Amino acid sequence: MTAPQAAAREGSAAASTRILTGNQAAAYGAYLSQVQVVSAYPITPQTTVIETLAELYRDAPWPSRFVNVESEHSAMAACIGASMAGARAFTATSSQGLALMHELLHWASAQRLPLVMVNVNRALAPGWNIWTDQNDSLSQRDTGWMQLYCESNQEALDTVIQAYRVAEQVQIPIMVVLDAFVLSHTAEAVSLPSPEMVRAFLPPRDPPFRLDVEEPHAFGGLLTPDHYQEVRAKLHRGMEDAIPIWGEAERSWEAFTGRAYDAVVPYRTEDAEMVLVASATVASTARDVIDALRARGKKVGLLRVRLFRPTPHDALRLALRGIPRVAVIDRNISYGHHGIFFQEIKSALYDLPARERPGMFGYVTGLGGRDVTRGVILDAVGRTLSRDRAEPETVWIGRKE
Amino acid sequence: MRTDCPDRPHFRLPNGGEIVSRGHLACPGCGIMPAIRFAMKVLGRRTVIVAPACCYAVVDGPFPYSAAGVPFLHSAFEAAASFASGVRAGLDTTGVADVTVLAWAGDGGTFDIGLQSLSAAAERNENMIYVCYDNEAYMNTGIQRSSATPRGAWTTTTPKGATKTERKKDLGAIMAAHRVPYFATATIAYLEDLTRKFAKARDLGGFRMLHLYAPCPTGWKADARHMVELSRLAVRTRVFPLYEVHDGTRFEVTLDPETAPLRDYLALQGRFAEMGDAGVAAMEDEIRDRWEILQRRAASSGRA
Repeated sequence: MTAPQAAAREGSAAASTRILTGNQAAAYGAYLSQVQVVSAYPITPQTTVIETLAELYRDAPWPSRFVNVESEHSAMAACIGASMAGARAFTATSSQGLALMHELLHWASAQRLPLVMVNVNRALAPGWNIWTDQNDSLSQRDTGWMQLYCESNQEALDTVIQAYRVAEQVQIPIMVVLDAFVLSHTAEAVSLPSPEMVRAFLPPRDPPFRLDVEEPHAFGGLLTPDHYQEVRAKLHRGMEDAIPIWGEAERSWEAFTGRAYDAVVPYRTEDAEMVLVASATVASTARDVIDALRARGKKVGLLRVRLFRPTPHDALRLALRGIPRVAVIDRNISYGHHGIFFQEIKSALYDLPARERPGMFGYVTGLGGRDVTRGVILDAVGRTLSRDRAEPETVWIGRKE
Repeated sequence: MRTDCPDRPHFRLPNGGEIVSRGHLACPGCGIMPAIRFAMKVLGRRTVIVAPACCYAVVDGPFPYSAAGVPFLHSAFEAAASFASGVRAGLDTTGVADVTVLAWAGDGGTFDIGLQSLSAAAERNENMIYVCYDNEAYMNTGIQRSSATPRGAWTTTTPKGATKTERKKDLGAIMAAHRVPYFATATIAYLEDLTRKFAKARDLGGFRMLHLYAPCPTGWKADARHMVELSRLAVRTRVFPLYEVHDGTRFEVTLDPETAPLRDYLALQGRFAEMGDAGVAAMEDEIRDRWEILQRRAASSGRA
């Protein structure tokens, strides 16, 4: 009996634990969300998400259709069409595939479609590189998709289910982001919630509009300057509304499972004189470094940023106000400017009163899958603590000279 | 059901009432609107239209207007067939499988930028009707060359003194190679033939495609009142033969009216004004070649 068959047989049983890779966990999240249309195109390191879903379907079919398209552009197109027809749609991609979807990412959000997509962070070519960094997803910052960065396989599964609930409340698509290989292909114990539990948390989709022959409307036609700006302002408002709604989803999920992550996750930040800010699996290593430094009496803490869009301004300000030094580690770069989390967080904190505004230090590292080791993170901490002011240029750490 | 159609149609047309409303924004004489109007009479109200960027997507009406009378989803230029595939999957999995999905795209969105997604949808044998209305250039952006533009035609990107030198893609052969259940050509000059083909497409399953000839007075530098006549002459000169293909293998010429000289067709359009005698002769040769290929395909189907 395969794992999916076992899962299906358990059906009504309470949560069970399995050893799953990040990609498998994300696929179980989509399966437990009972996605109705799956459309995707293979790309390393995403492919096993879709392969897992195909095996789950083979072993225990549920009412759904797999549209095996010829490109990621068509995958997103098919998800848009399916969602417009009222179905719950899912896709997954990485890197070049996400870049190819770019046009339709704007389309999905402006059409207010609650799609959920898993993006496995992979560096962009050239040269070809299949390993992790965040430039693929962060290049889609302004497409109107929510973005959440996961740290564990459990979190990948949980976040996909949470994402459907929030997306269908605010009518905004959500990208759930996993590190290539560090999460996508690394197995760990994952608690599978029961289908009943997920059904109670996530009701069937009830779209406020769809392609309905009983009530025909045209969607996406010519929108003149008389109307366009108002439609976009509504999308922006929806993004702002999504922050408290995401919080409600976290509380509800916590009630069901005992697990919560929130938009930002502080760790030992009380009384801290320096806080590291990191995302995704770099935060796991950073947490270990913080423990070691705390053991030596250093007043340091960590803030993991999980929700990148919409920017959780209030949570960031609350967590970082009055901290003398904040050091942001970015596994990405906006060429000619800074690390992208760094610039976003700096912007979010600018409105704090001057006396509470942290000194901001930004570090870029780990591109193209270069390991972000304890040593690299310690380098960031050391540089930050040894200077009164941030270095004016972008600081690369863990880089060969 | 008639299997032939006389040169002058009897106008025994479907009596399903009007679904497409008046008040659209098409240019006078545009070949698109009569085609969609009669197609919708055949297909009925349980239809969803998907249209990529093209003239039709504009002339159906800006927000909040639509002349379609059925749900209408605008799609990205290169992805009509993929949007429509998603709509099909979404309808099927939400319990409304009896609704027809109709993609309605121009020649740019079909022959050029949309060919990849079209090919994939055809290969998957998606349950939809895909219509290409072919006005033989990018008319919505102001008359630029496409791979559907015929050799010798003027466009703004094949300007005076440098008209198009390449031949038009053979869409029917491309789709036949995909072995789709049904492919047919049609024009508004032979409405009975056109509506019969839409009915046949409606009653089949899987991927069905109609290639419609859609004269464009603006882009062809022709008089709006000549659009039906141009459509008729395109068939009579065999510039645009009327045929259908079942399962990619069975070719049948559905209507072969009395032939007319190519010059009659060319004379009604400004876009061929530069074509000299040698150009006309070359076009006649190309038409003869294509016709012979079509005849051979039909003969080998046992339906010459």
